[in-house]
Amino acid sequence: MEKRGMNERIQKLREISVTTPVHIDLERARIETEVYKQWEGKVSIPVLRSMSLKEYFSRKTLYLGDGELIIGEKGCDPQASPTFPEICCHSVEDMVIMSERELVSFHTTEEDRRIQAEEIIPFWEGKATRDKVLASMTPEWKKCYGAGIFTEFMEQRGPGHTCGGEQVFTTGYLDYKDQIKEAMDKLDFMNDPEAFDKMEELKAMDIACDAVIILGERYHALALEMAEKETCEQRKAELLQIAANLEVVPKHKPQTFWQALQLYWFTHLGVTTDLNPWDAFSPGRLDQHTIGYYRADVEAGILDEEKALELLECLWVKFYNQPAPVKVGVTLKESSTYTDFANINTGGVTPDGKDGVNEVSYLILDCMDEMKLVQPNSNVTISRKTPQKFLKRACEISRKGWGQPAFYNTEAQIMELINAGKSLEDARRGGSSGCVETGAWGSEAYILTGYLNIPKIFQLTLYNGYDTYSQQQLGLELGYAWDFETYDELWNAFKKQLEYFVNIKIRGNNVIERIFAEYMPTPFLSVVTNDCIQKGKDYNAGGARYNTQFIQGVGIGTVTDCLAAIKYNVFDKQNFTMKELIEAMDHNFEGYDAIFRMVHDNSPKYGNDDDYADDLMKDVFNLYHDTIVGRPNMKGGKYGIDMLPTTCHVYFGDVILATANGRKANVPVSEGISPEKSADTNGPTAVIKSCAKMDHLATSGTLLNQKFTPNVVAGEEGLDHMASLVRSYFAMDGHHIQFNVIDKQTLIDAQNNPEDYKDLIVRVAGYSDFFRNLDKPLQDEIINRTEQSF
Amino acid sequence: MNHITNIQKFSIHDGDGIRTTVFFKGCPLKCVWCHNPETQRYEREVQFDAAGCQSCGSCVNICTGHALHLENGVPERDKDMCVYCEKCTVYCPKGLREIVGKDYTAAELVKELKKDLMFYEDSGGGVTLSGGEVMTMDKDYITDIVRRLHKEGIDVTIDTCGFAPYENFEAILPYVHTFLYDVKAIDPRLHEEYVGVDNALILDNLVKLARNGARIYIRIPMIRGVSATEENIRATIEFLHENGIAPAQVNLLPYHNTGSHKYAKVGMIYQGEELEAPDDEEMNAYVQMFKDAGFTNTRIGG
Repeated sequence: MEKRGMNERIQKLREISVTTPVHIDLERARIETEVYKQWEGKVSIPVLRSMSLKEYFSRKTLYLGDGELIIGEKGCDPQASPTFPEICCHSVEDMVIMSERELVSFHTTEEDRRIQAEEIIPFWEGKATRDKVLASMTPEWKKCYGAGIFTEFMEQRGPGHTCGGEQVFTTGYLDYKDQIKEAMDKLDFMNDPEAFDKMEELKAMDIACDAVIILGERYHALALEMAEKETCEQRKAELLQIAANLEVVPKHKPQTFWQALQLYWFTHLGVTTDLNPWDAFSPGRLDQHTIGYYRADVEAGILDEEKALELLECLWVKFYNQPAPVKVGVTLKESSTYTDFANINTGGVTPDGKDGVNEVSYLILDCMDEMKLVQPNSNVTISRKTPQKFLKRACEISRKGWGQPAFYNTEAQIMELINAGKSLEDARRGGSSGCVETGAWGSEAYILTGYLNIPKIFQLTLYNGYDTYSQQQLGLELGYAWDFETYDELWNAFKKQLEYFVNIKIRGNNVIERIFAEYMPTPFLSVVTNDCIQKGKDYNAGGARYNTQFIQGVGIGTVTDCLAAIKYNVFDKQNFTMKELIEAMDHNFEGYDAIFRMVHDNSPKYGNDDDYADDLMKDVFNLYHDTIVGRPNMKGGKYGIDMLPTTCHVYFGDVILATANGRKANVPVSEGISPEKSADTNGPTAVIKSCAKMDHLATSGTLLNQKFTPNVVAGEEGLDHMASLVRSYFAMDGHHIQFNVIDKQTLIDAQNNPEDYKDLIVRVAGYSDFFRNLDKPLQDEIINRTEQSF
Repeated sequence: MNHITNIQKFSIHDGDGIRTTVFFKGCPLKCVWCHNPETQRYEREVQFDAAGCQSCGSCVNICTGHALHLENGVPERDKDMCVYCEKCTVYCPKGLREIVGKDYTAAELVKELKKDLMFYEDSGGGVTLSGGEVMTMDKDYITDIVRRLHKEGIDVTIDTCGFAPYENFEAILPYVHTFLYDVKAIDPRLHEEYVGVDNALILDNLVKLARNGARIYIRIPMIRGVSATEENIRATIEFLHENGIAPAQVNLLPYHNTGSHKYAKVGMIYQGEELEAPDDEEMNAYVQMFKDAGFTNTRIGG
């Protein structure tokens, strides 16, 4: 494995991080169980949650590794993965499987399994949120979930998808405590029927602040103790400086760049330990939030570019040290990765609309380039005002072929946020986090709730609502494909089926939202999210300024091509009948070469700038949009949509037999808004044009993958071409584009010889991952994504 | 006449920026090294990959003009009967048949070419008309296309071998941004041997274009022992000097044989098996010769 990092210190830290096996750490679960046993029913639920966090931070094993400059771990050491039995209590069998599975494994010991069996399971079995969720769902919901119509994000994890605002870099936890005190003083016990609940929530937030302050104090003592014993003068001085930093943060506002990063890191630990929210936590505009500290330190002569870069690289290692909490079952399939979707956004605009690129932005690009780590996920946000130099530097890193940085469109994000009801300033402070979803950072709970399998719903429409994969009736009985005499009749049936399944999903979501509001408040995240303190309300109960739920649509490329193949061949050209097509599909097209050729190669396809197919894509998109967007959630906010897949397009494809576009049974469906694989034969500009026909501004995020072989983007001209593709796509309101620059042969070779390609990283969906960590179908899928070479 | 074999988007090696290149069908030259043999003949053709044929007869049965029949299990096409309905290409279960040559009116073509306007404008690109030999298409048709593109604000580049009446060039000159002009060999006998025609008209047109202020990229396909010789390069430089031609770029294009597999599909035989490209060292030496002669904007590829 190659050594990366600007100096020996970083190389060592990075090596420890990437070579240490991921392992389960039960300390958090044990302490939480103790607290629950002692206090459950005696104190309110929010207070109980915070007491548990405080107890863990007061007693947890500390880790301060040699050479570290940014300190603190969620578990006992790097790659330790605490569990969250209150959300999902793993069986002993789960613990064996997670340890022994080949991919995304989490090592467990005999002792771990004994503790799980004797201490954790007896207390949590039947009362974890997962159990509550599953017990509350309707039989229809359960059938759909089991058959892969949709997934459910909150089945094994807490609601998350948020990103820190400016306050995360400017506010100490004693300051938050003052704000909490003020809010408590304002409570109106005479007139407000919720005053008591608010008081309990505020008490819980106050305890959450104490928890992280205690963690800081413990690390302070540890740093001093280690400095005392340290024989190396340089390290001794560093430890003393670390201790000095900890006298300021997390209690107070930071005074230096170093302290600002350290404060962020404590907040990150607090958020991700309190619950296990999807998408960990992210620092938002790290460049803009830290530039003030950076410039002051440089001015004062205590920081230079090199030192700042070293601190950033130390922070990068910290992110990588934290694998995503362990997943099992369907949740593992929809998100098969260690990546925890921390996403660092660089560039964009300032809250008053000026270009946001600054000195730290370039340092972040250098850091990303040097570290080459899949976490934190790093992206650039490109506005019309972004200097070409910055865009080209980002392209230069991107074409190295490991998928970072991804490119986001600042103006589109702002329009999307304003369209969803945010103020202009909050919109400018926002952007994309996690994968591609858009939110007002620091002020919004924007929750991904699960993926919807649009091609499968279309498939059921052809079979009278019957699922040929799981062999059961799932949908409405509206007739078989051959009963529809016109394209419009077919379309109307699809529309009814889609509405039917969306309603099942949203009914479930509404119940799950309430379960989390009642049983799983997250006081720590509430402290750092705007308006929760002022409202005395939890993040999971509508405390944030804005509250949004998303359902992510998967497979729009596949379903569009299915519609096009049927409309073109059956209704327009009458090349064959619907019965003949269904018969061919039922036989996986084996023995039906002519029909296969027609639907697979001689029909209009989305992704070629051909209005015939692209207009159908717009119909599907508008239907999806109109069925979901604007519906109320349970926090007083509304629903939005994202078009992103993570790895779910592989799972969703696995549960659909052959489709009308010639896609064979069990093959992945299209990902994000990218065309069906191999369907785009007109090059990247045509793909971009097709994708831009979707109204991105009406969504909360879309994802487009574009793969190139290195020769296409070689040289200075290659960078210009990449930059032009980005600029043009963004001028057409495209939300996001990412590049995989790699040749097919390299990937095939990597699949056959994984040992030789341990470092090979590819862009999967909204994130990059090691190629060797992907399972074979996903590897195949990436290999087959249309390679653009001209 | 005026058939188009391909409209290639995101074309990045046929002029400046991101372009769309239109390949017209038919060429007066017969370069031994031609890598687009399907563009040599002027008439439409049906490409057929006989190797995968299962003799199922689908194409014969569906044929609108009854132009197909099986001969020893292989479909044979009567050109005169074929109405180019495309049915055989759709119904071939193995996808072995393809019609080469599609017709567009100037308006239809420009509509298609306008699709990537946003990319042209951001990258400083545009449309390249190529071939085959675009300058041997119908003069009025090409002029109409070029004028329409110019009116849309789209930069037009002409990729030409130069073997066409000068009046064809004259008609479009005011609307063309750049000519990619092939100068394959200066020695007329060498030219005739490998390209099939004398080069007098080509060189004459080049001189006239230059005198009339055209922006020109000189492009030389580099084949070892043919065009890539010290002698030919020196002669080219002398020719440019003598006639006061100052090209905006000189592009030395190393030969490649990626088109050789296409010959069989259009019933032709590739004659260029023996040809090879110069190695890097030789290429750099030729670039240096141009640079030393004052053509500083000389590069490999283009």
